[in-house]
Amino acid sequence: MLALRSIAAPAQRQAFRAAPRAVSVSFQNRFYSSRVAQFTGQKDASGKYTVSLIEGDGIGPEIAVAVKDIFAAAQTPINWEPINVDPILKDGKTAIPDAAIESIRRNKIALKGPLATPIGKGHVSLNLTLRRTFNLFANLRPCRSVAGFKTPYDGVDTVLIRENTEGEYSGIEHVVVDGVVQSIKLITREASERVLRYAFEQARAINRKKVRVVHKATIMKMSDGLFLNTAREVAQDFPDIEFDAELLDNTCLKMTTDPTPYNDKVLVMPNLYGDILSDMCAGLIGGLGLTPSGNIGDECSIFEAVHGSAPDIAGKGLANPTALLLSSMMMLRHMGLNEYADKIEKAAFDTLAEGKVLTGDLGGKASTKDFTSAIIDRL
Amino acid sequence: MLSRNSMRLARAVAQPTPRLARGFASVQDTPAQTLQSDIFKPTKYGGKYTVTLIPGDGIGAEVAESVKTVFKADNVPITWEQIEVSGVQDNASRTEEAFQQAVASLRRNKLGLKGILHTPISRSGHQSFNVAMRQELDIYASISLVKNLPGLQTRHKDVDLCIIRENTEGEYSGLEHQSVDGVVESLKIITRAKSERITKFAFQFALANQRKKVTCIHKANIMKLADGLFRGTFNRLAKDFPQLECNDMIVDNASMQCVSKPQQFDVMVMPNLYGGILSNIAAALVGGPGVVPGCNMGRDVAVFEPGCRHVGLDIQGKDQANPTALLLSGTMLLRHLGLDDHANRISNAVYDVIAQGKVRTRDMGGEASTHEFTRAILDSMEKSL
Repeated sequence: MLALRSIAAPAQRQAFRAAPRAVSVSFQNRFYSSRVAQFTGQKDASGKYTVSLIEGDGIGPEIAVAVKDIFAAAQTPINWEPINVDPILKDGKTAIPDAAIESIRRNKIALKGPLATPIGKGHVSLNLTLRRTFNLFANLRPCRSVAGFKTPYDGVDTVLIRENTEGEYSGIEHVVVDGVVQSIKLITREASERVLRYAFEQARAINRKKVRVVHKATIMKMSDGLFLNTAREVAQDFPDIEFDAELLDNTCLKMTTDPTPYNDKVLVMPNLYGDILSDMCAGLIGGLGLTPSGNIGDECSIFEAVHGSAPDIAGKGLANPTALLLSSMMMLRHMGLNEYADKIEKAAFDTLAEGKVLTGDLGGKASTKDFTSAIIDRL
Repeated sequence: MLSRNSMRLARAVAQPTPRLARGFASVQDTPAQTLQSDIFKPTKYGGKYTVTLIPGDGIGAEVAESVKTVFKADNVPITWEQIEVSGVQDNASRTEEAFQQAVASLRRNKLGLKGILHTPISRSGHQSFNVAMRQELDIYASISLVKNLPGLQTRHKDVDLCIIRENTEGEYSGLEHQSVDGVVESLKIITRAKSERITKFAFQFALANQRKKVTCIHKANIMKLADGLFRGTFNRLAKDFPQLECNDMIVDNASMQCVSKPQQFDVMVMPNLYGGILSNIAAALVGGPGVVPGCNMGRDVAVFEPGCRHVGLDIQGKDQANPTALLLSGTMLLRHLGLDDHANRISNAVYDVIAQGKVRTRDMGGEASTHEFTRAILDSMEKSL
């Protein structure tokens, strides 16, 4: 089966695989004959794409303005469509207003600032709600050292992809008897295959030759074993990409010792490991304020800043827009607007590297506006 | 097996507490056990303690030999009962037999020094012997001591933290099943009894070792019930220890903080899987698995093993391994027995050799072999006499 598949053309593969899958239609009706999570948005009459913009809470509006200004200065062919995602309760469940859902469905793409999860019982976090609503199955988290900001680690350039819909975060939990809780980690072949395929395609797209699966199949032989075996199968379809696997413990150890050997790889892993490792990588380069993130789905994708909404400095013009700006670069690349992304990214990294105009969190004194105009000047 | 259960039952009955009324016998193991009662001192025979030695796979044989040499040179009153267990499958039946033998020996001697056993990935392979041993002997608390060694330069300075990890349940429960083809469920079990036991252990440990702060690591924002129970238990018990500073942190944030500001941590207590992740991250901060000692404590048995569990199959037999982790674990064992003089002499010699920097193994940036490094420790011990 494996040998056959590796030489089969995509169309044949579809036919070949549809047959055995017909039995298990119930989970997921998709047989990845085409690329996973391709952007399908259309330009409008004036040649511009429309992007839904969720400004977010706290410092969100300020950093959104910064991104909009920079995009305008770079003449990026993008129209913004601001939407409101204040949660509403629908049949007792947290939901997003219909207008917002419709906007994202139409535009296929969104950029999102930090959202403060309302504290209180029964509220599912909005991030999770968005992920579920649009079935955003992969979380893409690149981390790159910022030249102007010194940390104990130099030259970090990791790319990590996390399965986003199941695993330890399936949300299936119950109390068996008082004092005994079972929490179920759910791994399915469908969801694993989907995110793994995306990982391989992403590796091709960003020109990396290696994909590495991080797992703990020594202990969780069946669940992580399924993920690992699915990866081995998917790897057959990508003969140009080198595939290997590494035990979670080793990845943690080696990455913290020296992250640079991971610069030529794309890491892909189940939900919890991805959550922990992506934040750890962010720690290597100086925190969430400098790391972009993309939530990728088949229907649409949402790019976001993963840091908090920093209510203490909201409205004071002190916020650092880097994370949202870098996320918007990822968004541009996802849309195929690479030249704009490259241009803006260079200006942003140069400004950071020069270190003259930096916001407070990076040890500088500049305001959000100063930082933004420094980038615009370089464009 | 039978004797263990009956012993446990005997204990439960002997204690005039309302615990008996609490329900399931299996979950009421030892909620009230504390550090004091946990430390079970073995008896001396002929002036010597008998300690089970399981060198383990990979570099185990080499570093165990180093420990034996050093201990012998210091005339430590210990007789080793060495048992060769291996997780590498060459002869399955013999492997299983050796494992049972090791468990029996540990149960008899109450004390062990152990390397790491290899665990195969394949589904047909056996369950991890490391995990099985902890579950079988109920050695529930794993302790890793992560501290910068004087003279050994790493990216981070002044790291001094201690990771206490629940060892017997959580994600390592080993309960998995395939509901239909392509859909697998893996159960994570968190019980109040075991959460109580481990957090109480952490608090007691912090007090006994003059530590100031205990941080609970969890993911209760997502796993509201399971990790919620763990965190809730921690917060409830923290009230009984007002002299300690207690806080909690989500595991992803903790790993981020660990690589950027590790100095903020003191004692950390957490469920099983997070312990595996964080002990590896933390070990890397101070120089890797070769320099992090640790131990596993249970009510009856204490097994000392390197705090960051790596087999080291890649450098097996090359005489490159760093015995520091096992040596320091060995000195922890000596302190556990009250043999502080021996412990201090040996650990000072180890620190001394590393601080001087002339003789270091490869993982510490040197060129020395395991034998040369051991030799240097012996020389240093001789000089200090």
